[in-house]
Amino acid sequence: MSATAVWIAIGLTTLGCYLLKLGGLLVPAETLERPLVQRLAALLPVALLAALTAQQTFSADGALVVDARGAGLAAAALALVLRAPFLVVVGVAVAVTAVVRALGG
Amino acid sequence: MAEQSIPPAAPPTGATAPPTEPVACADEASRARTDHADAPKPDRAVVRDSLGVGVAVGLSGFAFGVTSVGAGLDLLQTCALSLLVFTGASQFALVGALAAGGNPFTAAAGAFFLGTRNAFYGLRLSQLLALPRAVRPFGAHWVIDETTAVALAQPTRRAARIGFTVTGLTLYVLWNLTTLVGALGAEAIGDTDAWGLDAAGPAVFLALLAPMLRSTTERAVAGLAVVLGLGFLPVLPAGVPVLVAALAAPAVLWLRGRKEVRR
Repeated sequence: MSATAVWIAIGLTTLGCYLLKLGGLLVPAETLERPLVQRLAALLPVALLAALTAQQTFSADGALVVDARGAGLAAAALALVLRAPFLVVVGVAVAVTAVVRALGG
Repeated sequence: MAEQSIPPAAPPTGATAPPTEPVACADEASRARTDHADAPKPDRAVVRDSLGVGVAVGLSGFAFGVTSVGAGLDLLQTCALSLLVFTGASQFALVGALAAGGNPFTAAAGAFFLGTRNAFYGLRLSQLLALPRAVRPFGAHWVIDETTAVALAQPTRRAARIGFTVTGLTLYVLWNLTTLVGALGAEAIGDTDAWGLDAAGPAVFLALLAPMLRSTTERAVAGLAVVLGLGFLPVLPAGVPVLVAALAAPAVLWLRGRKEVRR
């Protein structure tokens, strides 16, 4: 991964993400009236976040793996059910992953 | 900005017809008002809530800094992402894709696609906040999950504006400071995986996702997205499976539509 490639990725992401944020604010209000747009607006992040959560928990180098991160994520899910604050949820995931890994998981 | 009044799609015929349906955010605001009795929410309470979210999430920039350096980006690249992109999920997705060997274009496409939700947040916020046109290019940078969630939860426009601004400012400052600290720390501690810090990214995504899983439709979309995202992972280039998984949203909507037609 060359530094130039990373900077290209950073530049594209910066530009794209900013235009998306600005575009949403500038789009005429009538777009909101369409129920299909409203439904997709609510569901698209659900799909992406679910896929990313699964991928970053159960993949390594393009292959499916189950390792300590799975335990960390399960602990995070439990923390969420118990209504723990955001930072505690992340902290619990990190701590459990580290402990399981230290124990050879 | 001049308030736009939108004529109802189907004009009511009788004088007793109910008022036209309010837009989503106005609807939410009125519901919140009834929840909190009739008293307007004091500014201090809004600031307190906003600081709570801003500080909690802002501190997780630490996890990003560590993850990014762990993924092979340098300090400057890591800090540039937090300063310029400032939408955590896209940042995590980008460094995740680069670490997994994705080329800069697929990696950026995944991050961009994840950022599309911010455009939809903007749609709702533009009416709720009614920002002056000149302010929008600056306010836009702060249109993210947390500022939207805080703003939408407020009962009045004033409270929504305070919530958006305080959450945005706190989060931006802290997110960038903790990114820097995390990136410096990661260089110092060396093997970030041994500390379990590779679990921070997915835990962040899960915490953002959990409150969205309210109905069967959301759960079906999440479930299908997990299957697609993991199923295509071994066969498609890095960054592409997550784009395929995004199709779970229109797919479930389409299936629900068919079911309703048959009924």
